[in-house]
Amino acid sequence: MLDKIKSTGVVTMGVRESSIPMSYTTGDSRFDGYHVEICRMILADIKANLGLNTLRINYQPVTSQNRVPLVQNGTVDIECGTTTNNTARAKDVGFANTLYVEEVRIAVKANSGITSIAQLNGKKVATTTGTTSVQLLRKNEKATGVNFDEVFGKDHADSFLLLESGRADAFVMDGSILAGNIANSKNPKDFKIVGEVLATEPIAIMVPKNDPEFKAAVNAAIAKIVANGNMPKLWDKWFLKPIPPKNIVVGLELSPATKNAWANLNDKPAEDYQKK
Amino acid sequence: MSLDLGVFCKNTLDGEAVDYCFSAIFGLAQNSDPSYLDWLLKAWSWTLAVAGLSLVIALVLGALMGTLRTLPSNGGLNSLLVRLSTAWVELFRNIPILVQVFLWYHVIPAFFVPLKALPSYWLVSIALGFFTSARIAEQVRAGIQALPSGQRAAATALGLTTAQSYRFVILPMALRIIIPPLTSECMNLVKNSSVAFAVSVPELTLFAMQAQEETSKGVEIYLAVTLLYALTAFSVNRVMAFIERRSRVPGFIISNDASLAH
Repeated sequence: MLDKIKSTGVVTMGVRESSIPMSYTTGDSRFDGYHVEICRMILADIKANLGLNTLRINYQPVTSQNRVPLVQNGTVDIECGTTTNNTARAKDVGFANTLYVEEVRIAVKANSGITSIAQLNGKKVATTTGTTSVQLLRKNEKATGVNFDEVFGKDHADSFLLLESGRADAFVMDGSILAGNIANSKNPKDFKIVGEVLATEPIAIMVPKNDPEFKAAVNAAIAKIVANGNMPKLWDKWFLKPIPPKNIVVGLELSPATKNAWANLNDKPAEDYQKK
Repeated sequence: MSLDLGVFCKNTLDGEAVDYCFSAIFGLAQNSDPSYLDWLLKAWSWTLAVAGLSLVIALVLGALMGTLRTLPSNGGLNSLLVRLSTAWVELFRNIPILVQVFLWYHVIPAFFVPLKALPSYWLVSIALGFFTSARIAEQVRAGIQALPSGQRAAATALGLTTAQSYRFVILPMALRIIIPPLTSECMNLVKNSSVAFAVSVPELTLFAMQAQEETSKGVEIYLAVTLLYALTAFSVNRVMAFIERRSRVPGFIISNDASLAH
């Protein structure tokens, strides 16, 4: 891969269209976000190391369904979206060191008085079809004996609508998605994220498998970014300050798990996070 | 490529193999967690329930609206009913089914609060039933208008009222003529019921999307779901073919019988 980048001067970055604030489009086929900015810094570092004058970045939008195959077949050189690092995917692709740890949380209406999963007994809980949160809810229901009705949204926007319109009392999903949907809603103050963390998952930049040199170069660049003290600034920029294009504030505080990932850089899969 | 059908005997909680594939349904292992096969069959029953319920709604309303559209116009109540049924057909067949499902689920209950208490499969069935009723109404109208005008005249000559001539002469003939297109419509209804997943009815499409994400066995899951959809639609086809054979009016409906060709 490094040879290919050196000879062509072009690299293809896989990005998501609406994973605010990790990786999303700001219109006119431009992409930005927490992971996208980190990837640009990584590629700038690689460009300097290879002694290239110019390095053109092609942006290739990917979806949950095609991101792994596109990295596998070489269409995408580095994927900077919101991909969970797990052992099943690690058979097909490689993962850089984790810089963001996702926490599955509960969003409720601010005036509902619900503060923990135990209070969801007999309530309706929304989640999105085709996500790992559905299985997580089932496991939780079994483990805690809390009984709730599941309602399923077709996508995250639908699930949030279920909460907004009162068809569901809570929406269980990745913290960043909840925060993003709340920030985008008509009255963000009407909603809040409450309760315990239901699961943690490492979200990582995806690179081709069987290319240890490229992966080492990416990880070296990541180590440099962390060592320079850039990570808290990046977090502040994307998660706490107004972001383009609509100047919304995601408002998701830095979690101890993510802080820990920065302090101890590693590429452990999600399975390792569940053991403790 | 090889198929890993073992995925259907896996536990839906932790992905481990279960002792009995049909654990939850036949009560073989009361304490065992449901397998993906149990879930698949449960999802199938939801598909059947939604399709069945909407079929009843669609047939009743479709026959009614189609009949009303053909009422002889006399300027009074009849004209009003004709206009009303025409509006019904044009309204429900001109809006995409997915949009209608969302209208019934999110928008209409916001205005008619009692509808909020109705379970989502009822709302979906109403949406599907109304949508399909508009299409069936047109088939019923076509069937009635395909009858020779003499039939209606003869009924009137016998002294039958409008209602009686529909009841005893026109509808018994018209409803039998339209069975072939009606068969297609009923099969379509089974397939259209897949939109129910969008408003959280746990039917086959929802199962497919969720289970393939959890197991990474998309090929096996989608094959099984495809098979069940095909099987369901084909069963409807066979039942309708049986009804068609048994209700045929000898000499009236053109059949494959060569002696009737002219």
